[in-house]
Amino acid sequence: MADATQNVTLTVNGKTITAAKGTLLIEACKQNGIEIPAFCYYPGLSLQGACRMCLVEIEKMPKMQTACTTPVAEGMVVQTETEKVVQARKSTLEILLANHPLDCPVCDAGGECELQDMTYKYGAGESKFIDIKSHRDEQQWSPVIFYDRPRCILCYRCVRVCGEGMDVWALGIQNRGQGSVIAPNQGGKLDCEDCGECIDICPVGALTSSTYRYKTRPWEMTHTGTVCAHCADGCITTVGVRRSDTGSEIVRCDNRDRSGLNDDFLCGKGRFAFDFASSKERVTTPLIKRDGKFVAATWAEAVELVAARFKKAGASLGVIGSNHTTNEENYLLQKFARTVLRTNHIDHHRTADYPSFARAIASSKAQTASLKDVAAASAVLLIGGNPSEEHPFLAWQLRTAVRQHRQKIYVVNAAPIKLKKQAAHFLQVTSGKEGEFAAAFSGDAAALAHLGVDTARFDPFTAALASESSLLVVFGSELRGAGIDKLVATFAPKGAKFLCLGDYANSRGAADMGLFPDLLPGYQKAENSGLALPQMLDAAAAGTFEALWVVGANPAARHADVNAFAKPFLVVQDMFLTETAQHADVFLPASFAYEKAGTVTNTAGDLQRLKKASDVHGVKPDFEIILRIAEKMGADINALVPFRGYTSADAGQSRGPQSGEADRNAVFTEARGLEAKTSPLDPTITLEEIAQTVPGYAVSRLKLLAGEAQPTTLVQIDPAGIASHSELIVPARNGLYASGTLGGYSETLRAMGATHRAAEPVGAD
Amino acid sequence: MATLVNHPDEVKIVSRRFGQGAANIDRYLELDGYKAVQKALELGPDGIIAEMKASNLRGRGGAGFPTGLKWSFVPKESAKPKYVLCNGDESEPGTCKDRLIFEHDPHSVIEGAMIAAIAVGSHAAYIYIRGEYRYLLEIMQKAIADAYAKGFAGKNIFGSGYDLEVYWHGGAGAYEVGEESALMESLEGKRGVPRIRPPFPAVVGLWGGPTVINNAETLASVPHVLLMGGKAYAEVGVERNGGTRLFSLSGHLARPGVYELPLGYSLRKAIYEVGGGVANGRQLKAVVPGGSSTPCLKADEIDIALDFDSTMKAGTMLGSGGIVVLDDQTCIVKFALRTIQFYRHESCGWCIPCREGTDWLQKSLKRFHAGGGVAKDIDNIRYLAENMLGRTFCPLGDAAAMPILGFVKKFREEFEAHLDGRPCPFGQHDAPHALPVLSH
Amino acid sequence: MKFSDQLEARFAGMITHYPARRSLLVPFLLYSQDEYGYVTDEVIAELSRRLEITELDIRNVISYYSMLRTKPAGRFNVQVCTNICCLLRGGEEMLAHAREKLGVQVNKGITPDGMFSVEEVECIGACSWAPAMQVNYTFHENLTPEKIDKILDDYRSEAAHK
Ligand SMILES: Cc1cc2nc3c(=O)[nH]c(=O)nc-3n(C[C@H](O)[C@H](O)[C@H](O)COP(=O)(O)O)c2cc1C
Ligand code: SF4
Ligand code: FES
Repeated sequence: MADATQNVTLTVNGKTITAAKGTLLIEACKQNGIEIPAFCYYPGLSLQGACRMCLVEIEKMPKMQTACTTPVAEGMVVQTETEKVVQARKSTLEILLANHPLDCPVCDAGGECELQDMTYKYGAGESKFIDIKSHRDEQQWSPVIFYDRPRCILCYRCVRVCGEGMDVWALGIQNRGQGSVIAPNQGGKLDCEDCGECIDICPVGALTSSTYRYKTRPWEMTHTGTVCAHCADGCITTVGVRRSDTGSEIVRCDNRDRSGLNDDFLCGKGRFAFDFASSKERVTTPLIKRDGKFVAATWAEAVELVAARFKKAGASLGVIGSNHTTNEENYLLQKFARTVLRTNHIDHHRTADYPSFARAIASSKAQTASLKDVAAASAVLLIGGNPSEEHPFLAWQLRTAVRQHRQKIYVVNAAPIKLKKQAAHFLQVTSGKEGEFAAAFSGDAAALAHLGVDTARFDPFTAALASESSLLVVFGSELRGAGIDKLVATFAPKGAKFLCLGDYANSRGAADMGLFPDLLPGYQKAENSGLALPQMLDAAAAGTFEALWVVGANPAARHADVNAFAKPFLVVQDMFLTETAQHADVFLPASFAYEKAGTVTNTAGDLQRLKKASDVHGVKPDFEIILRIAEKMGADINALVPFRGYTSADAGQSRGPQSGEADRNAVFTEARGLEAKTSPLDPTITLEEIAQTVPGYAVSRLKLLAGEAQPTTLVQIDPAGIASHSELIVPARNGLYASGTLGGYSETLRAMGATHRAAEPVGAD
Repeated sequence: MATLVNHPDEVKIVSRRFGQGAANIDRYLELDGYKAVQKALELGPDGIIAEMKASNLRGRGGAGFPTGLKWSFVPKESAKPKYVLCNGDESEPGTCKDRLIFEHDPHSVIEGAMIAAIAVGSHAAYIYIRGEYRYLLEIMQKAIADAYAKGFAGKNIFGSGYDLEVYWHGGAGAYEVGEESALMESLEGKRGVPRIRPPFPAVVGLWGGPTVINNAETLASVPHVLLMGGKAYAEVGVERNGGTRLFSLSGHLARPGVYELPLGYSLRKAIYEVGGGVANGRQLKAVVPGGSSTPCLKADEIDIALDFDSTMKAGTMLGSGGIVVLDDQTCIVKFALRTIQFYRHESCGWCIPCREGTDWLQKSLKRFHAGGGVAKDIDNIRYLAENMLGRTFCPLGDAAAMPILGFVKKFREEFEAHLDGRPCPFGQHDAPHALPVLSH
Repeated sequence: MKFSDQLEARFAGMITHYPARRSLLVPFLLYSQDEYGYVTDEVIAELSRRLEITELDIRNVISYYSMLRTKPAGRFNVQVCTNICCLLRGGEEMLAHAREKLGVQVNKGITPDGMFSVEEVECIGACSWAPAMQVNYTFHENLTPEKIDKILDDYRSEAAHK
């Protein structure tokens, strides 16, 4: 381990460099712009010394040494480009290529292959080898993972990332010598979490995914790093898109961007479950129900009808927002509802008790944690939740921290969750009583009794926990209301930081943006509370609601009474005819995360930018749809989106034949790099307003736009009047093979779930 | 079971008890058994290591590292338990000497391991024996049990207050496991892939504890060093190469067998006198002097002394003491092919130059020997072998490349004689169906 | 699964030899193979449970060691060395002779009576007594084709008597 407090000085190629004691030579060189090639070395994983590409000459050592296993030492004199070193690299490549198929033209990795690049760079162009190459047939290990042994260079990166990184240990090495192969754990099949980390870490095309293989060449894609559409961790995923008949098609998501908090992590959902975007079931035209049947309509017709009915409804209108839409969309939705529609009946599917969290943090002047804090924390208390299933990146960080700097994890859970293995201390408590841990920790005997833990187990746990000088407290949706207050009040005085776990990509943003009947953006108390979601649906079922507007949500999946959706005039914005949308009177086809710009907030409050990666003809972002409705209703667009100049919503039409005309504004402004300043549809204008209105959102715009996650806080919030509504929390508990309603439209995700252990119960959002 | 042979030039130290029933512990005791370990308990660690250093005993496993020096690297204080590990994996082609020790004198290995343990402050010794040597493992199991029964092993050995456990352990077929760090992996129940060094076993070894690893013959020699005194032992050999070693003589000799000769003995005499000369009245073509991994010597290069330094000077190695004699009717290409076939089969596969290099060499040599050779193959084989040397993760890569390089350098004309589809001059070509199809 | 009494005793005896349980893996797998003819799936599953390592891990180990197999061999596995010292003294002819006499392919196949299989092996430590072979664990050295005939016949009749 590198020790940043002590530096050593060494000489590389005649240049004097310094590096922290313990740094590996290969890293020290990299930090100083000296590149040493490597296949088997991978930062953060155990050392191998196997590929021999990194051999360098070190003075006083008779043999060349591997830079990947040699720590720097004071006075070391290193040569990385001598004739001997260069020849060693070249011959290793030659020897390696002897059995490597030269099928680069059809290989998935062609163009982004480390072997190809190294051969190009270090020159092994001429083949001395004339014998038949060893061959083995390709194998399909899982619905998404294929292995081609001849292309494999045996760098063991996949084996390590699966074992050390994922704690899955599904890959091994079998046979020996030239017969060596990477082997999956079920005799030719894989039983794993299908995270696909092995595919991305593979330097060549030996591991490929069913979702991408033989589909395209890498240079035919446009790559955009944006925020994953699935869970609430907010990983950055690089979306690879190519042109198609429908506009564009997403062909790959991977972690090559490496610019996010998640560095090179991505779970199976983030990597493979994007195919719903091009699902046959996706609706790309507005639909109006006539005589019980959906009939295709133009946007103008549909929007006009909606605007007319909303006008008629007045305040007798309920609005249901989404955990997936952007902050700007959510903010605009509630602003429009409250200021134009003049209704307080607005809510969303709550998966965590963020209002109570905001209240507790603000009351105790405690600190919220960013997901960045997880890796660095020396000790973590995890109460409730199941990160390995529901917050894969959080789990990855915890495991990594345990491996790399012996982070101590204290787990309090009703079940022996997978992270128990990494936990220094584990306390199994009665299900549903997790919220009483803090009270028990503070000495409340009744709370201890509720936990169902005897003192023989409880005391050592709490004694160790109490001895930690700095603590990160992470808690799941089991903790609500007063439980959160007590937890924060107990650990805040010791300087702990807190992280509250919710379920979806923008669950936290939806809460922060005030998709509540009683709370405005930033958890400010609304003057008059509207109806919460269940009451809204009851009212709708009872016929007291004129209209119901569902933006990117599927409440029918969780609400049994069909009347709630059948009785009112129902407007649904979505990608699919979901359980809810089937009852719609007007269906408006919407874009999803990868097809729009804006920001989302992960469960830790880290604000990140969504970048538009893809586009499908006919659909529109919710932001534009809301504005179009507003405009048709005669609302003052400039008041809703205070941009300077233009005031017609039509100025920013989206592209595609469905919209009837080219988006001249977009073409014009984009060509001049001006988009951010001139269109009312530009979400950054709304973001500016959010920064001014929502406490904790006044982050560095520069850094945010540059792609750096910006932690928001909950500190300046007025805790008075934030009521607990624990009964309204319905955790989705999406496991690794579920992702609410959207996940159900991903064939890949369904296939992954089907071949692996019984998928977790699907909780639709 | 293996037949014993004798020659007057032999100096019997480590083989002193061969053929005398010393596997029986009582007989072993009659033959001065377990005296050295008691002496070791008196001498204490520093005393033992001083004797060992004086003896100039160098490792008999292959590398010839001075044994006393190796033991002195073990840290005195260690948070983790220290171990002694006897390397009885004997798998280097041409080598069959440890087998005789295990068969005829198993207690000498136990006693040597115990002395090593006392010297470094270890309380547990493991004797690893290759899986094919099942009968020897059984002999060893019995010997260990007998030693325990007599109170020589276990708690409070010889009433000294020193606790010392001795365990046996069997392999399951893997040459690479003879490499010391792979040996530890194997003993820990893993694939026999070597470890990254440093740290060296003396500091971080078995289960993370400091570990002394020695060849079985090295350890069997240790009691004799203490009985004779280090200086007297050293005097049996030559400068810097103390004592005797067991040479496995094999190949085209009239009297192959395992003979114990003092270090510095003449290679020529070993072949022509001890081994009885080339069999069937043929002429000598080449000698592989120290096991299959050592570069060969031509018939006119055999006037050298059999010690680590002289062989090194002659461009080869004393290695594991396996002297393989090739007569003038031997096809060097065929011999090279069989040599590389072994290393290809035994490469653990961990690193590229070794895994792919041995495969490539085998493919080329196979095709070449079968008559499919082209002129550039000879240089390619040489290029390949040269580019494996010193670049692999462990010395197996060198062990594979060195002999091939030697054959190509020293017998180039014999390679050339195979070119252009000409049949092997020795009639040892492979059947035509064995010809691999060429891709060029 | 329950191991045979003999194996169970081995397990109990060996497990105490090591500070880490999995250390007994390699020799124990070989003992189990001696008992059941090859390393069976059941043995792998049972060891996985007892040693708390994955079955994959155990298979990784098995596939590394050339003496361990996961398919049956003949009751008498005839392992002929053709490595350099044996090669010089006729090892390849011995292998061919054994193969032809038994009518099975090298490294695959078992005689129809299940009695013999033939394997080409690397150096078995009999270099000074070459050519040599092992039948199961028993060494046979200084071989000639005639000697091989007799040895194999003896095994056959030994089996017939039992
Ligand atoms: C590929 C390879 C195989 C080896 N095989 C053996 C062996 O079978 N027996 C042995 O004693 N040493 C073998 N060695 C040498 C050991 O690594 C180690 O040097 C030796 O056991 C140390 O003991 P010594 O100092 O007593 O010789 C081998 C080395 C290598 C690189
Ligand atoms: S062994 Fe590999 S990667 Fe490695 S660097 Fe080293 S040689 Fe490398
Ligand atoms: S596998 Fe070890 S040196 Fe090649």
